[in-house]
Amino acid sequence: MNRFFDIPSDLQHSWAGLIGLHLREALLPVLGGLVLALPLAQLCVRLRWLYPPVLWVTTVLYAIPSLAFFVVLIDYTGQTEVTVMIPLTVYTLVVLVPAIVDGVRSVPPETLAAATAMGFGPVRRYAQVQLPIAVPAIIAGLRVATVSSISLVSVGTLIGNQGALGNLLHDATIYNRPELAWNAVLTMAVLAILADALLVGVRVLLTPWMPSGTAGRGQGRGRKEAAAR
Amino acid sequence: MNVLHYVNAFFSNDAYWQGYDGIPTRVSEHLGYTLEALALAALIGLPVGLVTGHYGRGGNALSLIATAARALPTFGLLVLMTMLIGFGMLPVMIPLVVLAVPPILVTTYEAMRSVDPSPVDAARGMGMNEAGILLRVELPVALPMILGGLRSAAIQIVSTATIAAYVSLGGLGRYIVDGLYQRDYEKVVGGATLVAALALATLALFWALGRLTVSAGVRRSN
Repeated sequence: MNRFFDIPSDLQHSWAGLIGLHLREALLPVLGGLVLALPLAQLCVRLRWLYPPVLWVTTVLYAIPSLAFFVVLIDYTGQTEVTVMIPLTVYTLVVLVPAIVDGVRSVPPETLAAATAMGFGPVRRYAQVQLPIAVPAIIAGLRVATVSSISLVSVGTLIGNQGALGNLLHDATIYNRPELAWNAVLTMAVLAILADALLVGVRVLLTPWMPSGTAGRGQGRGRKEAAAR
Repeated sequence: MNVLHYVNAFFSNDAYWQGYDGIPTRVSEHLGYTLEALALAALIGLPVGLVTGHYGRGGNALSLIATAARALPTFGLLVLMTMLIGFGMLPVMIPLVVLAVPPILVTTYEAMRSVDPSPVDAARGMGMNEAGILLRVELPVALPMILGGLRSAAIQIVSTATIAAYVSLGGLGRYIVDGLYQRDYEKVVGGATLVAALALATLALFWALGRLTVSAGVRRSN
């Protein structure tokens, strides 16, 4: 364990450098996924028939193993970070789209009617009423997507050291140094927990009207209310 | 040379339909890993979720455990466990179960919490004991959501069980890992297609399971 932070030079990064790389490779896809999921979810809320097929497609895409996805993409984007980030972006949709749809659907009809009566147009109503009320559900989705994204980046090590902290896993096996594998697993776990806690903090900041003890229940509650109607 | 071309080439190649590296063998191995991991995860997640959800206690502790389990990287855990334990089924099962427990646990808890309290009170008023309330009132109502949690766990396992091949076990990951090192795209794409098909079959299976086990009244109110 005394060589815990002794990173092999073939990775060309310090421990902190790997963390930075890992966060970029994991978080940019979540951001990209959110940018894609917001309009897609809004479309699913507007056109109800579109929601089931969208769910099916995102589930099938999610089921494609990350390694196979990477290998197919190498043809187009090479052995680069982008090859890792594209599948991760696609995977986030399976969590984010239902989270946003449930969240937006859970807005009570009276609230929407009140907003319309106050003269809100559809755009302003979406941005200032529906989205803020959907924040707990969206953040619940973002938490799951972020944590799984941080974990999945490590598979990138198999396509030529594109896995940031995951590259430590490969080095751990070829140099037979288990402490590097410990380092990778623990660092990724701590990063995931910190990112998760940060998102809970964001939710508390964005929804000052809610009691802070209901963290992480947004998704379940949204689904229940959507089912009740 | 697009992906569909590879899919076609893979499935029309007779060599992939027989022997120890044939599709039937690899699919049954993959199903074996999936079922074993799902059964183990359900054995842990379902009882804990049902009981904590019934009493409404420990929700915060549960979400902490689920967050910690989600935070553990599956592939990293596989490599670490293989280095510590050696090759075999155990180092594959540990990460798969760690992956599958959080969705089962959290969804089961949420499902039990979201059961309408009035039928539960009615059952208690009629003298039903706690076990009866849990199994005969809450469970049937919560079943659709619980199945949803099991379904998402199953799909994650189907897709992730491919990593077993990285530590020299079988399953559909064999095609993907071997194809990667042999630079044989046909094999990689074929393996990925089979995994995606298996995931679709899992969706269909859970839909059928829902039809069979969820009572008509509950289905209607959903």
